[in-house]
Amino acid sequence: MTDTVDKQVLFRYVQALGDDALVLGQRLSEWCSAGPFLEEDLALANVALDYLGRARMFYEYAAQVEGAGRTEDNLAFDRTAGEYHNHLLYELPRGDFAITMARQLMIDLYSVEYLSALCHSRDETLAAIATRCLKESQYHLRRSREWVVRLGDGTDESHYRIQKAFNELWGYTGEMFVPDANEQTLADAGIAVDCRDIREKWDRQLDTILAEATLERPDEAPAIGGGRQGVHTETFGAMLTELQYMQRTYPGLEW
Amino acid sequence: MADIVLVPELLASRQVRRHNSDCVDIWAALDAVTDPEIPVLSIWDLGVLHDVQRQGDTVVVTITPTYSGCPAMDEIARNIRELIEAQYEVQASVKISLSPAWSTDLISPQGKAKLREYGIAPPHERGAAGQPIACPQCGSTDTECVSEFASTACKALYKCRSCGEPFDYFKCI
Repeated sequence: MTDTVDKQVLFRYVQALGDDALVLGQRLSEWCSAGPFLEEDLALANVALDYLGRARMFYEYAAQVEGAGRTEDNLAFDRTAGEYHNHLLYELPRGDFAITMARQLMIDLYSVEYLSALCHSRDETLAAIATRCLKESQYHLRRSREWVVRLGDGTDESHYRIQKAFNELWGYTGEMFVPDANEQTLADAGIAVDCRDIREKWDRQLDTILAEATLERPDEAPAIGGGRQGVHTETFGAMLTELQYMQRTYPGLEW
Repeated sequence: MADIVLVPELLASRQVRRHNSDCVDIWAALDAVTDPEIPVLSIWDLGVLHDVQRQGDTVVVTITPTYSGCPAMDEIARNIRELIEAQYEVQASVKISLSPAWSTDLISPQGKAKLREYGIAPPHERGAAGQPIACPQCGSTDTECVSEFASTACKALYKCRSCGEPFDYFKCI
């Protein structure tokens, strides 16, 4: 089935999905021991763990598709910044709790729609991974939704901060709905998700939650993109330094 | 009538496969392999053990992972290999298969009872979403969710308003 598509195209796609999961997992894990209170600390660490697990599944499959002898660890830890192809929203610094939760809500909504579609991929492995991850994203969404409503419809300070968070992040959401040539090829083949198709649902659901949270939908901001092409934001290199530290210091280290 | 427990299709097909297997003894031996984070639950009770087959000189065990990032899977796979190789003196390999996707429906009724005895509220039955979660200590349904996430990936943290005890709830997914 997947023999009909170029292996390199599929590899790049699966690896990019792994990159999204890895960098967000890393950002979330930065909250570990710094959460606002114990239960929230555990929740953030749990979500981070789900994303790292997700990254492993995508990387393991990507490595298998590539068939060049690289492992999931090689893909996760042995590449330079320009070789990561995640969407930029996923890599932005964790910021304050409002930034973390506004981003999480937008990504959870996106993931639920994206993975629901990916469950029907003609590629059986991608469909199986999506089925596994969808249930987790649905669970994550329950919490991020609740937090955004609580902060938006909370005190003056929490309302101000969460509104500011949405405004600041807004410009980074556009690229998630614009397929690159690689994704387009695979979407046409019934393997990847055509991310333009999920825009309308995402917009509608986000608007409902924002209204409930007494928040304004941000004004259209200049779209910032380039993540899928390997162009990153300023702090990405610093994050990679920490992410890759052990493997760079002790190459090939295993647990 | 409300007490009739319906067995999900996937669990039923596994029970048949186990029952008709030509290596029933290995299935039974694997009941000794437990989840390292919930030691009262065997991998069968947890719904992780999917298939056991002899292929030539090798025993191939298929398991389905619970949560994406669950660190217990590596340890479970290692324990399966060690147990089979020690007891049967054959090669064992463990295949981790994403399909069919694991869900809490696959936890056996016995497994749910064991969870409750252990102090963890078992996941509710399919279709019972929104029902109150009963405290595993005193049985009261006057409980509240403290956090959607708790000590491990598979649990949420609850508190009983009746007896005051906090407890883990095996979350339903």
